[in-house]
Amino acid sequence: MSMFGTVTVKGGKYRIRGDFHHITPNTPIRNEDREWQLVGVTNPRDMTYIHTYGGEAVFFEGLCQGKIHGSRCDNPGCEGKGTVYLPFRIHCPDCLGRNTVVDLTDVCRTTATIHTFMVCERSGAFNTLDKPIRFINVEFDGVSTILMSYLSVGEPKIGMRVIPIFRTLDPTYTITDLSWVPDGTSQDVLPKGFHL
Amino acid sequence: MITFSKKQLKVPKLLRPVYLVTAGQSKFARAIPEKRTEELVVDAFTMAAKMIDKTPAELKRYIHTAYYGHFADHFGDQLLGEAVIHDRLGLDPLGNIGIKTGGATGGSTLWEAVKAVASGYSDCVLAMGWERMDEVPTDEGNHLISCAADKDWETPLGHIYTGYYAVMAQKYWQVFGKEEASFRHTMAEISVKHHGYARFNPFAQSPMKITVEDVLNSPVVAYPLRALDCCLMSVGAACAVICDEDTAMELTKDTKNKPLRIWVTAASHTLRPACRRDMEIPLLPNETADQYADIEERFPGGGRYPGFTGFLAARMAVWYAYRMTGVVEPMEDLDVVELHDAFTISDIQTYEDIGIRPYGSGRDYVESGDCYHTNPHTGQPGRLPSNLSGGLIGCMHAVGATGIMQTFEVATHIWNRWEEMHGDPALWEAFNRRKPDDWTDLQVVGAKRGMAISHAGVGSHVTATVVMDPDSLLKEDA
Repeated sequence: MSMFGTVTVKGGKYRIRGDFHHITPNTPIRNEDREWQLVGVTNPRDMTYIHTYGGEAVFFEGLCQGKIHGSRCDNPGCEGKGTVYLPFRIHCPDCLGRNTVVDLTDVCRTTATIHTFMVCERSGAFNTLDKPIRFINVEFDGVSTILMSYLSVGEPKIGMRVIPIFRTLDPTYTITDLSWVPDGTSQDVLPKGFHL
Repeated sequence: MITFSKKQLKVPKLLRPVYLVTAGQSKFARAIPEKRTEELVVDAFTMAAKMIDKTPAELKRYIHTAYYGHFADHFGDQLLGEAVIHDRLGLDPLGNIGIKTGGATGGSTLWEAVKAVASGYSDCVLAMGWERMDEVPTDEGNHLISCAADKDWETPLGHIYTGYYAVMAQKYWQVFGKEEASFRHTMAEISVKHHGYARFNPFAQSPMKITVEDVLNSPVVAYPLRALDCCLMSVGAACAVICDEDTAMELTKDTKNKPLRIWVTAASHTLRPACRRDMEIPLLPNETADQYADIEERFPGGGRYPGFTGFLAARMAVWYAYRMTGVVEPMEDLDVVELHDAFTISDIQTYEDIGIRPYGSGRDYVESGDCYHTNPHTGQPGRLPSNLSGGLIGCMHAVGATGIMQTFEVATHIWNRWEEMHGDPALWEAFNRRKPDDWTDLQVVGAKRGMAISHAGVGSHVTATVVMDPDSLLKEDA
């Protein structure tokens, strides 16, 4: 019986267990208009990648704990000293020094507004979000960048005040664990697994 | 805040003149089951040879190095596809390299090719681009394209690139378009124009005789963008041969092609729109800082630059290109352009980035009729016709080939060979396409200078390819 591939790190190395790919037979592609002549062949692929978050892991770990971490350049010699980044940047783009991790949860709860948005009726393969997807880009006081995310309740408008919600039950440890709802939304209307 | 050092603003200089000698392309379509990629590449190369009355074997004898634009290895499920193509073209053991910069791959391929000749490393090079986007169904194709966004911060959000791109469209639509029905109408006109011009292009994938209403009634993809506002997903190949002066003259002797001077510049900006930091607008030669002093007043929410409404990479690509080639007023100095119309709204945004209209006024380029081959309001030639090929919306977006196709199109006007390269009944027949009864010659009469903009994703990479008749230069030492 197959099992999902799982990975841990031990002694600085990946320890891999389970199945990381599944073999499916090729099938012929034939031309219906030309006496079913052979045109080509399907090449099935089913693979699982092993991906590290590296220095951003603190951000993705924080989401399931109801925290939003950003980062800040504290290099006194940098022209961008004091600049706060969300999305999290491991290094300052100006001096390339290692940024300081900062907890922006309260900033996000009290100052988040929608900079722009998009209601998308379609998705690509492997999408896990409900459609239509309400993409929003969120700006915050004192943060130099604008976070892309999605709105889970209501219809987005530019300038709308929003607050973060977190998938704390069965988290995916991806950016989809963070979503937003209009300010004032109550817990009982949140999607399953999410909390204010 | 992004700031520049003096060294970063150095105007690029080629060490010797570089020439576009010939170009060619394959048929473009959503799927081409009957041909492998190498067959499409051979089609493009054979056409390029034929344009200068050479056999492929004769042209190959001139090539010293090769530059291959192919963006998405995962679409074709073939790493090192460049090596496959190079072998099939019979160009081993010459040096070759693969280039990939998303939607700008074609332009970036030309960028590398031009620099190779300008530096003296090679006297004659091949720039060939292709893409094979029919190896997966469309939804998986959308996932693969979404991998060109940040894989941790964006791709998991819907696996659909349109979503990451269209948030910028929404901002532009609300701030500069003011959500006006008239602006939405202007966006639709671009689709009508590009699908319409594609009707006269035998290479084109999506020729359509449609109306503004058809566009406005097409299915919503991501409001306000509808299906007919969006570019195509394509298969095909395009190539160009780039030379130094002596080789260019030798290759084109007694042929219809006059070697054209070519320059390519490039710029970039963050993959994540989220990470766009505020900065001052880098000004083009036809702009002053004063004209943008009240932009926030005129367009509330539009004061942040580049914000989500401008493409900094496009602005910087032409910032370098115009100074390099002597272009001051693009509406006057250029005769024809091919722009990267990934979406109707981004076409409008690009008009502003490249200075054919000031920021906030892009729609006027369409509404004035300037962008048409023949101005619909006056019946006179458009001041600066754009995307007569049909562009990415009507002709194709076979990513690695797109920037080269655009340059081919611009060059055919300057060579005065547009009618021949698009009207030949044999070409329509070879592609199994019907030449329309109202087929119209879109040759821009007297064209001497043109430009192609090749653009990646949310503006991560942009190139500006400027092509000029060598007897109509704007700057002596360009």
